[in-house]
Amino acid sequence: MSTIFIDNKQYEVKAGKNLLEACLGVGIDLPYFCWHPALGSVGACRQCAVKVFRDENDTQGRLVMSCMEGIRDGLHLSVNDKTAKAFRSQVIEWLMTNHPHDCPVCDEGGSCHLQDMTVMTGHDYRRYHFKKRTYTNQYLGPFIHHEMNRCIQCYRCVRYYHEYAGGKDLNVFAAHNHVYFGRERDGVLESPFSGNLVEVCPTGVFTDKTLREHYTRKWDLTTAPSVCHHCAVGCNTIAGERYGQLRCITNRYNSQVNGYFLCDRGRFGYEFVNSENRITQPIIRNQAVEAVDETSLLEHLRTLLTNHTVIGIGSPRASMESNIALMQLVGRENFYQGISDNEVFVERRIEEVMQSGVIKAASLQDIQHSDAIVILGEDIWNTAPVMALAVRQGVMKTAAQHALENRAIAEWHDAAVKEIVQQEKGFLANCTIGASPLDEISSSIIHKAPEDLARLGFAIAQRLNTVLPAVQLNDEMSTQAAIIAAALQKAKRPVIISGAGLYNEALIRAAFDIAAACKATATEVHLAYVMPECNSMGLAMMQASGFENAVLRASRAKNVAAIVLENDLYRNMPAQITDVFFNNCQHCIVLDSLNNATTQHADVLIPAASFAEGDGTLVNYEGRAQRFYQVFVPANKNMQESWKWLMKMRLIQSGAAIDKPCHPEEVLMMGEQLLPQLKGISTAAPRRDFRVNGQALPREPHRYSGRTAMLANLAVSEPKPKQDGDSPFTFTMEGYSGMPPSPLIPFFWSPGWNSIQAVNKYQEEPGGSLKNEHAGKLLFEYKRDATPVYFKDIPEAFVVRTDKWLLLPQYEIFGSEELSVYSKGISERSPAAYIAMSALDADQMSLVNGSLITVKIFEQLYELPVRIHANIPKGVVLMPSGLPGVPAMAWNSWVQIISIKL
Amino acid sequence: MERPLTQYIHPGCPPFDLREYEMTGGYSALRKALGSMSPEEVQRLVQESGLKGRGGAGFNTGMKWSFVPMGENAPHPKYLVANADEMEPGTFKDRLLLEGNPHQLIEGMILAAYAIQADISYIFLRWAYKKAAQLLRKSIHEAYAAGLLGKNILGSGFSLEMHLHTGVGRYMCGEETALLNALEGKRATPRAKPPFPQISGLYGKPTIVNNVETLCNLPHIVNNGAAWFKSLGNGSADSGTKLYGVSGKVNNPGCWELPMGVTVRELIEEHAGGMKNGYQLKGFLPGGASTDFMTIEHLDVKMDFASVAAAGSRLGTGTMVVMDDATCPVGFVHNLQHFFAQESCGWCTPCREGLPWVEKMLLSLEHGTGTMEDVELLQMHTQWLGPGNTFCALAPGAMEPLQSALKYFKEDFERHVTMHRCPYHNGG
Repeated sequence: MSTIFIDNKQYEVKAGKNLLEACLGVGIDLPYFCWHPALGSVGACRQCAVKVFRDENDTQGRLVMSCMEGIRDGLHLSVNDKTAKAFRSQVIEWLMTNHPHDCPVCDEGGSCHLQDMTVMTGHDYRRYHFKKRTYTNQYLGPFIHHEMNRCIQCYRCVRYYHEYAGGKDLNVFAAHNHVYFGRERDGVLESPFSGNLVEVCPTGVFTDKTLREHYTRKWDLTTAPSVCHHCAVGCNTIAGERYGQLRCITNRYNSQVNGYFLCDRGRFGYEFVNSENRITQPIIRNQAVEAVDETSLLEHLRTLLTNHTVIGIGSPRASMESNIALMQLVGRENFYQGISDNEVFVERRIEEVMQSGVIKAASLQDIQHSDAIVILGEDIWNTAPVMALAVRQGVMKTAAQHALENRAIAEWHDAAVKEIVQQEKGFLANCTIGASPLDEISSSIIHKAPEDLARLGFAIAQRLNTVLPAVQLNDEMSTQAAIIAAALQKAKRPVIISGAGLYNEALIRAAFDIAAACKATATEVHLAYVMPECNSMGLAMMQASGFENAVLRASRAKNVAAIVLENDLYRNMPAQITDVFFNNCQHCIVLDSLNNATTQHADVLIPAASFAEGDGTLVNYEGRAQRFYQVFVPANKNMQESWKWLMKMRLIQSGAAIDKPCHPEEVLMMGEQLLPQLKGISTAAPRRDFRVNGQALPREPHRYSGRTAMLANLAVSEPKPKQDGDSPFTFTMEGYSGMPPSPLIPFFWSPGWNSIQAVNKYQEEPGGSLKNEHAGKLLFEYKRDATPVYFKDIPEAFVVRTDKWLLLPQYEIFGSEELSVYSKGISERSPAAYIAMSALDADQMSLVNGSLITVKIFEQLYELPVRIHANIPKGVVLMPSGLPGVPAMAWNSWVQIISIKL
Repeated sequence: MERPLTQYIHPGCPPFDLREYEMTGGYSALRKALGSMSPEEVQRLVQESGLKGRGGAGFNTGMKWSFVPMGENAPHPKYLVANADEMEPGTFKDRLLLEGNPHQLIEGMILAAYAIQADISYIFLRWAYKKAAQLLRKSIHEAYAAGLLGKNILGSGFSLEMHLHTGVGRYMCGEETALLNALEGKRATPRAKPPFPQISGLYGKPTIVNNVETLCNLPHIVNNGAAWFKSLGNGSADSGTKLYGVSGKVNNPGCWELPMGVTVRELIEEHAGGMKNGYQLKGFLPGGASTDFMTIEHLDVKMDFASVAAAGSRLGTGTMVVMDDATCPVGFVHNLQHFFAQESCGWCTPCREGLPWVEKMLLSLEHGTGTMEDVELLQMHTQWLGPGNTFCALAPGAMEPLQSALKYFKEDFERHVTMHRCPYHNGG
């Protein structure tokens, strides 16, 4: 800690930071533009000027940019100095010379950092009376709207896009006051992290195009803290609604998980909530009037549930509450995971490894701070994008730390750090099937078949711990194993990443063995297994058997009524198997939010609330249970959380009356009783009766407008506010107006800070953890002294077959996830089906990119265009997983190529 | 009078090739240094000689070198860069040296590189100096062929690579850190200092950037010693000779090598032949476009770093731009500000947004539509765009002629406002 004096007041601040961070950290409002906690300082905008004095006797002082000046013990500075204030106001006047002042029609208005900073400096009168320069805007794809005239040239966009996210196609062009931020020519921004430009840009140059289609000011949104449902990372988000429509997703800062940034699937994938494909009405099929109300539905269900053997099919994308409610309803022995046995097998292994507590689960923060990373088999760029972003930061930060050793350059001095680092990188070994954008920052790039990757993993572990059995590898792989092992041996904070993506259990074991072997030399070892869906880990922790068992059960037992929870089984299993299931079930009750192939088979179809219309808890890949909150009450009362429906069904089944409402905590506590491994999950978030000074927390900001007028076309009297018994929130602007604790932040706002930059005010220090941060509940307990039990069980090497190819999934960030493809932009970015193969194989068959080939997979024929990749190993073909309209494949099976059209 | 830098330069004649250069004593300094001096000795000699950077900043060259990490543990490769991106309006002195005696520069560069133990050197040349590019390419080739560049130069064990890099015509690249960024293929924006290039320069490695004229002095200092170099100054505090230039409405505009500390009067009246008939001297920029105006009251000021500074300006590049009494100072300054506004790299706000505003106000004044408020705003800009407030020295440099014009020629600005037109046009 250092002592500094700001305007003659003494403060204790953290050494090694800059003056801007110090001022913001102690709560002083100091305007800035080009600095960003995640990007560091470059000193371009000159907005954060303060006076610095030689000593306490110096009255003159000199203007410095606070972001470019390090903290020195005993330093005297002034924020309120007249010259400093005048200069800051002058900087705004300069920035405003060309700004269009179009706030009333600008999407950023009301959440604009430029507006906030303008007010903060006090600049109000314009003396520039010449013409403004104007720009042409570009088409940047379905997610980002471009309006260059508003640009104040802070350079944050390019710094974020290039350096932080590794994008290539957003650049700065021209010079002097013509500098232009955009692409070389109109076109879709390629980076899957482009959406963060919306939050990185301090004004309205880059805005959310999806929000634009149903625009609402920030202050008019009803918002709630949410958790992203589009992969297993569990990024914290804020979801906003108006007029019963979900309008936008913004980032909810959290130092442990996503930090400042989201991926585009998470940010723009929300539109399925507003989809026309939503299930809105309970339906009982095969009767004269199929659409029914709740009473008739429950009446019908009463007979169904009491006269049949009821089995439940759980879901990796439904909340814990819903899965637990289903298990409770049908009984543990009648509950099945709605995923294939193959997947259950792999995920069971992952869960077992994490449950053993030998290795700590890696949070994204751990990954960002690691000094060597090995990715074994998982294509995280596509399956857990924000984790890939964290990996990139880990690699970059390690390089920076290495370069700065013995140098008097502070870490926040971004440009100087980058200059010294040059092309240096921290250690990353990317061992996957095919090429990934992570390859360009990888020290070791290995693209092999899954078994060979697993063998490499075991070989690395063996080099770290020579007691383990040796693995026979060829020279090339053996060298790689030695290089990776050497890097891990040097590392203090290594992270090993694998996942369920390839349905290969040997990879899970190999990753564990590496991590366990690292424990000997490292201070801290972390392990991450990427799971397929947002609650896959939660479902795996329920330790039920897979869907094939349910199919068997249904075909053996008569009189089976199945309840399928939020799960399109046709996406997880080949259609033949799923068809057998539905043919053998006497009745099928399906709860879901969107119509799909599975809902077509429902005798009883029940509309489920989406994440925006309901509360729930998800368990992310690291076993972190996080609560998402209902954003709004849908006008359609039929849309209820699945767990609410299931709890009602339970009451009906037992013949009890549905007299009192049930709440998420109660369901979770039930889960804890049913499954001891879920212990603690009910404490993932504050209780529903949590209050601050006796007040609940408002979902609407105090400037929310239109409350009495919004529904005046229907009724002139103001409707009674909706009540929320499930959470500490109100659906209105009434309630506690201060800063809520971290899992309960519905929006970031602080006086004078209307933009997302208000997050500064919620943090302990800029870029640090939130005040009283409570980042969910980690369900896996780390046992420091647990002795690792190595798996050692090494698979045989992959053998290329002469006329058959091993079929593996290729994940697509846009397209492979079920719900997000209902968003127009996501579906636009999603590729058409293809089959990818090695250039070596393609050459042999004289195939070129785009050649059509017909493949036979389990007696089914598919004609697909070929994509040739130099990096895919010989003998393997990849097909995109989960694209809409493309049926589920039997991954890891052998396919034949039947015919070729060149 | 000794003219070490230009004694073998004869305008109109082709420059010396390697053989001719060596016949007139060329590369003897290099042989001497490599043969009998340690790098530290060269550094000390240059520091003692009092050679100051001829690019405009006037910092002691040997001192500048002394911040480069030396010895076994120093990072490598180290770089030496010759700043030949001569783009200061009114300045054409380096061109004379580049076109007149390229081997002199190359020898100076090898000496400087030896002194800091650089491994790789670059000449960053202004794009428009096409003839110089051609000559440098040929001379570098000759030097390589003669073993004066490359591995193990003259059997000394010292090695140096040399590359010619031609810019694309950005004034900004004259700033050493922007030059380094450009050389790395990045945008030509300056870098924050610290870290200084001596510590983290080209590709993050220790780097020295020296002006062409500075480097050309080195062979002569090594050959003749520090005392000799000091004695060249005309009783001035500064050592050596200096290439001075005069442009404007004088009888004999040109560029001459003269002892440091020649007076303004001598320069204009003797060397430049005085003002053209019918024109009076109104003021002059002593060292290029980014220096403060001086006026007739300063005719006896010595043209060395300290004397010009004491008179409220900067020696800069030592190439003077003369303004006569028939030229409108507002138009003159507008012309300069147009240049600076256009050459701003666009990195920091005050320069990027302030200079175009200044330019527009000056044009508006010149067109007779300016107001007294504009004059006040111009004054304000000269303060806010001062050193420290902007990222680099471009905008503060741009403000020097403006602030001094407002000081010496305020009346001219005010007449533009009151007359609603330029008093120098239409018979004003």
